[in-house]
Amino acid sequence: MAKQVFILVGTRKGAFVLESDASRRSWQVSGPFCETWPTNHVVADPASGTIYAGGGNEWFGPAVWKSTDFGRTWTHSSQGLAYEGGQAPVKAVWSLATAPDGSLYAGVEPAGLFRSDDGGESWSHVEGLQQHPTRPEWNPGGAGLILHSLVLDPADEKKIWVGISAAGVFASEDGGESWQTRNRGTRADFMPEGQNYPEFGQCVHCLVLAPGGGARLYQQNHCGMYRSDDGGKQWESIEEGLPSSFGFPAAAHPRDPDSLFLIPLNGDIKGRFMPEGKTAVWRTRDAGLSWQALREGLPQDGAYFNVLRQAMATDRMEPAGVYFGTNAGGLYGSIDEGETWDCLAPYLPTITSVETLVIER
Amino acid sequence: METRAPVLVRLPPHLVVLFPGAERLVPLEARTVEEMVDGLDALWPGMRERICDETPAIRRHINVFVEGRRARLSTPLAPGADVFVITAISGG
Repeated sequence: MAKQVFILVGTRKGAFVLESDASRRSWQVSGPFCETWPTNHVVADPASGTIYAGGGNEWFGPAVWKSTDFGRTWTHSSQGLAYEGGQAPVKAVWSLATAPDGSLYAGVEPAGLFRSDDGGESWSHVEGLQQHPTRPEWNPGGAGLILHSLVLDPADEKKIWVGISAAGVFASEDGGESWQTRNRGTRADFMPEGQNYPEFGQCVHCLVLAPGGGARLYQQNHCGMYRSDDGGKQWESIEEGLPSSFGFPAAAHPRDPDSLFLIPLNGDIKGRFMPEGKTAVWRTRDAGLSWQALREGLPQDGAYFNVLRQAMATDRMEPAGVYFGTNAGGLYGSIDEGETWDCLAPYLPTITSVETLVIER
Repeated sequence: METRAPVLVRLPPHLVVLFPGAERLVPLEARTVEEMVDGLDALWPGMRERICDETPAIRRHINVFVEGRRARLSTPLAPGADVFVITAISGG
């Protein structure tokens, strides 16, 4: 038995899987998988190594693809991944999460939540979320009304957080039956002055849970970066020291709750690319009080690309690996917690998601 | 009961590839497009969800042509009708 490290990459033209040994020095790239369907989020169940890829095809609708042999062969299903007749149909899967009890959750467009208890073969609608009283007033973000971010508490299977653009963060403590808003302290600068801290309606880009207890979360919002130390009930701004308040992804450290990785872009109305065309990943080691720009090995000239909501992840190795993929198709990785970087695959299709899997085989 | 000539359904390659063993040319007994979709789904479970959404309706970027004309789920099928399931260019 030896440790193997996988990087799971969702792209607009299929899923890709990169494989390495524990050294993480050379990567074998395989793909595109899933018949080149747009795959918005590719994740793995850390216990079994099963890979799931959620996406949607313009012709054939939404589906979750599955591989039980590390990407070599795939099946797909969307049985039950549908709303009631007459409602706007489910268009695509945008987020996936595996729970310790083996269940699987999928966030979709138009925003809603589904659950599978049979490894993705069949799905049921977690209706409680759409029954929230704010539902009639949910407005879409720029790409649609999408459940982009889905976080499960590994220590409590009843706790779920979702981030919807642009309805905000919602949390459940009863396995999805009832939900509460979790947006206090986060801005919606697209609202009139004086109304830009609403109870809901924020454009949440990425929500991550810090290790060690289920109370600390970090959030990259359209309008700012935030930390919560009480399960999302109250958020504090942590954007001071960063080049902008706009970005898409966030990645927590596997062991240190005070560390976080972000990729701020130049601004939401300035092109949404790397500030000054110079690529940087920003890291905090003190829960957002101060930030370091990490650039070594990353393009510093003419980098007019961005990194999308789910397209950055860490692995659970020591030191932690950090990986991100761009909308220009470049996949970059660091095996020293961001100090130095390499390009792992330069010419993939537009990358929508990056996740990792470490498994003994 | 009178034997009805099966309709002949032509499926696009990128639909067929999603279902191991599926054929491009499928004779089916069906009196409506909806029955035809049910018949395809009975042969290859899950195919209905690829052709139709939960409205229920044929997916927006799929066209079903019956005897040369665009059809809906309720469109009747004459015995021996030619049916084409085609992905629309509007879907990419």
